[in-house]
Amino acid sequence: MNYLRLLWIFLRIGAMNELAYQANFWVQLLQSLLNLGVALAGLAVIFSHTEELGGWQPAELVALLGVFFLMSGLIGALIQPSMQRFMEDIRLGTLDFTLTKPEDAQVLVSIGEVRIWKFLDVVQGMALIAVALVEIGMRTGLAHAAGFALTLAAGAAIVYSFWLVLATTAFWFIRAENILVIFQAVYSAGKYPVAIYPHWLKLAMTFLVPVAFAVTVPSEALVGRLSPEVLGGALAMAAGMLVGARAFWLWGVRHYSGASA
Amino acid sequence: MRGLADIYTTLFRTDLAVQFQYRAAMVIWLIGRIVDTLVFLSVWTAVARSQGGQVGDFTSGDFAAYYIIMMMMGHLTFTWFMFEFEYRVRSGAFSPLLLQPLHPIHRDIATNISYKFLTLAVMLPTVGLMIWIFDPVFDPPAWAIWAAIPVVLLAFLMRFFVEWALALVALWTTRTAAANQLYFAASLFFSGQMAPLSLLPEWLQTLAALLPFRWMLAFPTELLLGRLTPSEVLWGAAAQVMWLGLSWGILGAVWSRGIRRYSAVGS
Repeated sequence: MNYLRLLWIFLRIGAMNELAYQANFWVQLLQSLLNLGVALAGLAVIFSHTEELGGWQPAELVALLGVFFLMSGLIGALIQPSMQRFMEDIRLGTLDFTLTKPEDAQVLVSIGEVRIWKFLDVVQGMALIAVALVEIGMRTGLAHAAGFALTLAAGAAIVYSFWLVLATTAFWFIRAENILVIFQAVYSAGKYPVAIYPHWLKLAMTFLVPVAFAVTVPSEALVGRLSPEVLGGALAMAAGMLVGARAFWLWGVRHYSGASA
Repeated sequence: MRGLADIYTTLFRTDLAVQFQYRAAMVIWLIGRIVDTLVFLSVWTAVARSQGGQVGDFTSGDFAAYYIIMMMMGHLTFTWFMFEFEYRVRSGAFSPLLLQPLHPIHRDIATNISYKFLTLAVMLPTVGLMIWIFDPVFDPPAWAIWAAIPVVLLAFLMRFFVEWALALVALWTTRTAAANQLYFAASLFFSGQMAPLSLLPEWLQTLAALLPFRWMLAFPTELLLGRLTPSEVLWGAAAQVMWLGLSWGILGAVWSRGIRRYSAVGS
């Protein structure tokens, strides 16, 4: 409960910071809409030559695109800015201020910076999902919605843990941002279902950079093709990665020598 | 002329040394390019599979050859100055470049070429690996390979001048992220990256012929696939020269006015 209150405070600070730059809202809106237009036009070109892609119908791929934007929005608004700031704090030694606060430092670091305009991507993603679900004409039952919510939460937890582990390596390497750019490049491959990729790439996108859990699995839940094994696997992976990232974080913090040392 | 050659020799030598220190940053651009290629290639291979092995005039093997060549073309012709100029203007990093008795474009040309030269060390093994994995069908006539040498050179030059001229917009607006994104979105479709141009609707193909993007990437790629007739190649080269001349002219006209506008935000 306390953490929720903290999150709310940081969200408000982020909002106040960015409300000072209102032109950014329009720039971000333009960029989000452009991304959406490009992605939809790409699908239009692809589906002018085929009826299905890797077993997915057009409307199902629109739903997947919705999940992709939803997750990009969460990463761009919350995870990425916080982790970048965290790494910068390590480099500059200003992490001292965070560590001396009476709250859990991992929580503080994870919500350290919020870019509210990026939530436009989340809104856009939800709109796409709604349109796609109407198009598919599915009766969304309670089990169905629960499956989607669970896999989405698991996906977000996996992506968050992945970023935290990579960012934590900055305790040793100082300049770790470069590794995170690789995440961005591979994440963009998640716009399409992982089923279309060659086997080795599928494995890399599932376990090396967890794009499959972040986008494809929640989308499978959304369009009603989630198997219980995959759901169990996603939940187990999320739990394992959260615990593992926490342990790695604690180990990393012990390595931190501070600004003055 | 001799003076300029000396300057370039020195620029290359220093640039190679500087860039070699930033190997990580170099690899990042490459990974983006390689992942994009894998994505589009996988998408179209999947489409070809669902259509019984062929889409339009492309089989899976043709797609593999198309995208591997396109990756190479993208690597040889790309520039990053549309992003760099915003930084240069905002941070004032442009000022020292202007103080030198040499047009900054020379330094940028040298940096761009030495970057590409160094990164070939990653690019060539990647191409080899992709040829091994994806089984491309590659069988162009010999003349097409010879013709590709001037065509690729022209593609590099015209893309460099078009993008350098557009990058100057930053001198007026400072913020260019959204405009850049628009440019690269158009490039994605009209240069043949999203799909080979022959798979696009008719009206988009017409539009593609009128815009510069096609002549940067799709044209040299199709030439190397052996899909163009000699007269098509000549017309294409003429279009490249036209765009090169046009952007050169605009650059010359805009440059001095832009420099007067520049106020070095950071200073």
